[in-house]
Amino acid sequence: MITITVGTATCGVSAGADKVLETLSSLVQEKGQGKVVLAETGCMGMCYKEVLVEVSNGDGKFLYGDVTPDIAKRIFEEHVLGGRPIEELVILHNYQEGPEEGYLKRQRRIALRNCGFVDPMSIDDYLARDGYKAIEKVLKTMSQDELIEEILSSGLRGRGGAGFPTGMKWRFARQQPGSEKYVICNADEGDPGAFMDRSILEGDPHSVLEGMMIAGYAIGARNGVIYCRAEYPKAIVRLRQAISDATAAGWLDHTFPGTDFSFHIKIKEGAGAFVCGEETALIASIEGRRGTPRPRPPYPAVRGLWGKPTIINNVETFANVPWIVLNGHEAFASVGTPKSKGTKVFAVTGKINRGGLVEVPMGISINEIIYDICGGIKDNKKFKAVQMGGPSGGCIPASMGDTKIDYEEITQTGAIMGSGGMVVMDESTCMVEMARFFLEFTQNESCGKCTSCRIGTLRMLEILERIVEGKGEAGDIDVLLELGNQIKSTAQCGLGQTAANPVLTTLKYFREEYEAHIHNKKCPAHSCALLVNYVIDPEKCTGCTVCAKNCPVNAISGERKKTHFIDQAVCIKCGKCITVCNFDAIYKD
Amino acid sequence: MTDKLVHLTIDNIPVSVPPDTLVVDAAKQAGINIPVFCYHPKLHPVGMCRMCLVEIGRPLLDRASGEFVRDADGAPKLQFSPKLETACTTPVTEGMVVITNSQKVADARREVLEFILTSHPLDCPICDKGGECPLQNLTMEHGPGQSRFLFDEKMHLDKHVPLGELIYLDRERCIQCGRCVRFQNEVADDPVIAFSQRGRALEIITQSTPGFDSIFSGNTTDICPVGALTTADFRFAARPWELKAAASICQHCAVGCNIVFNVRREALQGGRMVIKRVMPRQNEQVNEIWICDKGRFAYHYVESPQRLTQPMIRKDGALIEAEWDEALDLVAKKLTAYGASLVTLAGGRLSNEDLFNLYSLTHTQGGQAVLYSYMAGGDLTAQVGIPPQTDLGKLGAGCVILVIACDLHEEAPLWWLRIKAAAQRGASLIVLNPRTTRLDRYARHVIRYEYGAELAALSAFQPQSRGDLPEPVRSAVKTFQEAENVIILYGSEGLGLQESKALAHACAGLLIKTYHIGRSNNGLVAAWHNANLQGAWDMGFSPINNLAETLSKAGVTYVVATDPAGDDPQLAEALQHSGFLVVQDILMTETVKMADVFLPAQAYMERGGSYTSGERRLQRFYPAVPPPGNTLPDFAITARISQRLGRTAEEQSPARILLQIAATNPAYAEMDYQLLAQVHEQQPLMGRHDLYYGGTTYENRQGLGAHLSTAASRVEPLNIPDAPPPPVFPVQEGLLTVVPTTRLYDRGSLLIHSNLLHQRLAHPTLTMHPKTAEAYQLSRGQTAVMLLEKTPYRVEIDLDEDLPHGIALLPRSVGIPLNAPQAVKLRPES
Repeated sequence: MITITVGTATCGVSAGADKVLETLSSLVQEKGQGKVVLAETGCMGMCYKEVLVEVSNGDGKFLYGDVTPDIAKRIFEEHVLGGRPIEELVILHNYQEGPEEGYLKRQRRIALRNCGFVDPMSIDDYLARDGYKAIEKVLKTMSQDELIEEILSSGLRGRGGAGFPTGMKWRFARQQPGSEKYVICNADEGDPGAFMDRSILEGDPHSVLEGMMIAGYAIGARNGVIYCRAEYPKAIVRLRQAISDATAAGWLDHTFPGTDFSFHIKIKEGAGAFVCGEETALIASIEGRRGTPRPRPPYPAVRGLWGKPTIINNVETFANVPWIVLNGHEAFASVGTPKSKGTKVFAVTGKINRGGLVEVPMGISINEIIYDICGGIKDNKKFKAVQMGGPSGGCIPASMGDTKIDYEEITQTGAIMGSGGMVVMDESTCMVEMARFFLEFTQNESCGKCTSCRIGTLRMLEILERIVEGKGEAGDIDVLLELGNQIKSTAQCGLGQTAANPVLTTLKYFREEYEAHIHNKKCPAHSCALLVNYVIDPEKCTGCTVCAKNCPVNAISGERKKTHFIDQAVCIKCGKCITVCNFDAIYKD
Repeated sequence: MTDKLVHLTIDNIPVSVPPDTLVVDAAKQAGINIPVFCYHPKLHPVGMCRMCLVEIGRPLLDRASGEFVRDADGAPKLQFSPKLETACTTPVTEGMVVITNSQKVADARREVLEFILTSHPLDCPICDKGGECPLQNLTMEHGPGQSRFLFDEKMHLDKHVPLGELIYLDRERCIQCGRCVRFQNEVADDPVIAFSQRGRALEIITQSTPGFDSIFSGNTTDICPVGALTTADFRFAARPWELKAAASICQHCAVGCNIVFNVRREALQGGRMVIKRVMPRQNEQVNEIWICDKGRFAYHYVESPQRLTQPMIRKDGALIEAEWDEALDLVAKKLTAYGASLVTLAGGRLSNEDLFNLYSLTHTQGGQAVLYSYMAGGDLTAQVGIPPQTDLGKLGAGCVILVIACDLHEEAPLWWLRIKAAAQRGASLIVLNPRTTRLDRYARHVIRYEYGAELAALSAFQPQSRGDLPEPVRSAVKTFQEAENVIILYGSEGLGLQESKALAHACAGLLIKTYHIGRSNNGLVAAWHNANLQGAWDMGFSPINNLAETLSKAGVTYVVATDPAGDDPQLAEALQHSGFLVVQDILMTETVKMADVFLPAQAYMERGGSYTSGERRLQRFYPAVPPPGNTLPDFAITARISQRLGRTAEEQSPARILLQIAATNPAYAEMDYQLLAQVHEQQPLMGRHDLYYGGTTYENRQGLGAHLSTAASRVEPLNIPDAPPPPVFPVQEGLLTVVPTTRLYDRGSLLIHSNLLHQRLAHPTLTMHPKTAEAYQLSRGQTAVMLLEKTPYRVEIDLDEDLPHGIALLPRSVGIPLNAPQAVKLRPES
């Protein structure tokens, strides 16, 4: 039997996996009945090579990347039916050899252990890979306290960003009196450029359910809620299937023999508010109120959902839990640094050759991720900085690329570990514009409850907007610094307190770029449209008139065979002239 | 309060406060004002505005021993949190050190103010709040002198957004503190306004039709810390510093809310003093800092063009203006001639002093002092009412409040607020009513009875009642029997005078039998339909069953502060038959039109006096505006009549009349105007110069009044009359029984003059169950004709599935004289 597996997570679908699947499906119907099985799987991380199609037969597993319907047809004809792998298109053989082997070599897969290897819609696939063995082990062999001790000893820290020790959170909730408690899975992944949780939910939903059940047992909860953003329709479909399968198979809503433990999970779809990733806002949203944060304490472990003790962990955290239970805390703690154990999943995006999901052991350096795993910067440009932790995080400059992946080390740079977004920037990225982009995001997403965030971030944004438009004034940097630090210390919730981080870190590491914008009205990265001048190099200009003919606003003048000239007052900086010039005679200044 | 106190220091000042006190309140007790915008002591703290940020250090605890970790010199080692904390959400803890005067705190305050001001229009010169604005005051104290931001970047938003016809929102001025939203959610339980959008687009919207549909909406304008919410009545009408404040008592129901009339001299009114607005005045024992919108907006009758300001005498069939002497001489002459056949009919808005003089005149004349009211039981509340030291605001666990035959939200809004709050604090609320009311939601037990069956419903609570009661009655009775304290409050839902009398008697009997009398937090309360009906009973007035007959036989009828002819054609006819008709009022009414002599009185805000509230709290009101024309206070008019009959009567000073009352009525024995004017500090602190919590008038400087004793609390023998005959509920084949209900916004003779409230006034609407309507072939919205004592009245039909079958509801005071259950003929209008 030959199996063809298509990656149909959101990353695959957006690259055209549906069409490829359709093509393959009709081919299998037509010619492969009885010999070929067509399966789907989640994201295996190599988003940059989507659509991914794997052919698995007696010769092993052959992974094809960048598959189109036409290529799929070829694969089916030549490889599936013909038995001849298309050598030039195979990117990985048995996950070991091939042009993309570097991508997987430095990775260590715990949270993503099943992603790309199981059909997320099949509970049997999950069971075949030790699925629901962990909850069985817990119920049969561990007391609540032993379980919490196990998680504590593993050193697992919250993967949502703040890195609070998971076992500690569970212990607080366990110690609270009362029999009504809740487990919430925070699947409101909202950072721009982050899709770790989505991939886990789409690729391995059962591991999250199992993690939640284990947490439920630990704290004495009988109910779980997955708060998933509605922008993840595929994840929600797969979660629903997983919950229904797990219920049918007797894992959920079922009292385990010899115990009084049963667990129920429901899904609550978010309504598109970034701030609902903040735990108290998330709880408010589940309760049907406006998703706005409230002051803590009391923490949710004391007073959470419906006023009852509640633990809130992120998707990746839960995905780690069954592995820790099955493999023991030592196995987990043996990976990583003294204070940051295990692995961390990153979504690497931006100006990077291999963009996608990577799961790396803690302690690896940023440079190792960028160069060794992700193949360095696109188009051979220079690595400038990486933005970690999304809009709440900060920029780490290339010069600090040796920083290790470790909660404390990253925090020292001014950035944060965050949920795992890693936006890679090259020399053409303007850091002021980048800071403005993130601040605009947080400003849009501010719930408006507290003054500092509602108004303060807007004031900062207005200053940044002026700066990138060349209207910056002396003193702007000081005001930005002061506002940023004030907002940090006066805002109510994490969103507000960290909103200024992108500005503060870029001011720390790239202050000269701000100064250039403000004082010289120049954008050193030649990125801010209003601060770029297009100039014709008289040495190179041949007077061919192509640029003048193509200029949409007639800003270029000059006689034939004589050096041309761009009137800056008329130029709209569209860049057309650069692309049409055959002599490289036009440059940005 | 006697629990052990928590000790902390705030700016090095040691403070000891009860546990769970918030830092901001603890500081206020130490005389330190931590600035706030979103915080309000009457609302749940949210920590939104960030104005109250302070530095907080807590002693380091040794986890093992639970003891403080100490320095070498023995002082506890402090741990300061890295970020500033909101004083409004942080409860005090033992050994806490709070710093409110550091540079760090000052910087944060300056920054927050700067943020707020960059989004806030600087239109203070035309803003209603200017002069009593927390934002203005705090900016002067803590704000930056100058903004670093560009004026052009200021946001511009809608400035005149009507949330309803009563309340306007200025979106530019709003600082999104959410006090209004929280007030409506938490206090008023009318979640009709809310935040919409997010980030800087956050705005207040109304979610109800009609807009801002809440009888408490005006309070949001008081607690709004900027000029964002204003009343349609007051916006752009005056500046706070031009206003003088006259303390008064609201006259629109029995609660006796403490209010202030803000007045100023107005050029448009020829330099007269005019009332510009009504504001609540803090009295934690009565209305805290709230009033309902009726109390706030219903004062306009005082400036009505229909005010009558000159005595009139009927000559040749027409009322002709006359001088006081001529009119009073004529009245005295008639009284002398017709002696004992005087019937004095008094309305419940008269002050105790007016009523005392009226009663003295009537009594010495041998006449009959009749109260114009459809409720009874004032003699009983005087004996077994709630005595001094009773405070609805402090009731909690262990206390039962039994509310029967009452739509409290409509009949006495502030009591509804306070009883709801008591229930939320743990008091057991038992509601007995024939239909759903807004109090049900807070009740531990809700018991429905059929209209007319209130006595039977109450009888289950008798001590000897058997144990085989059905639920929910059984649990309610159990709660009642286990209660340490019991207050019974009755209203007028579906009751006429006879029914009211019987119910009051039954309630008093139950309290006496169960020993819930004479002690604080125990006793009987009536939700009277006028401000001073209790006072009228105390002064000797009571209502009678056969009013029309009595009036028609009177030799002289003296009608004061009421309009029977306007209310009821039967009474108008009776007045036709009665002898000489003297009418004393402030406005032109149907009864005035029939008068032989008309005597122009002053409105209560034009003179001083006292009211006795439904809780039997004696409270004093002061003159707010000068009286118009040739008017006199009611007590003075009556005194002048008495003097003409050769008796002494006080006509100058209501204070002296109260002394006379004190000498004759033991409940009033200790009372005098000085006592009523006494104040003591009200907690939570509202007033003071900082104004953080609302307008300038909250602080009660003019008197909190005094609670009257009851016969039971004075341990006097009770004088309970025999049980009146149980009324028969009128049911007749082919007729529909219509029962009266009370509505806050009725078409009463005072309220009708406040145009602002016209959209909300009740209509002559007959509401019934759809099945009942079907039986009469009526449908929603249809007009029907109802025959009442042979007079046809047009009514609109409305349906309500929640109502019992076979009856219909009609609001009182909507132009149809239905004040008791009555079986009527009903037919669709042809």
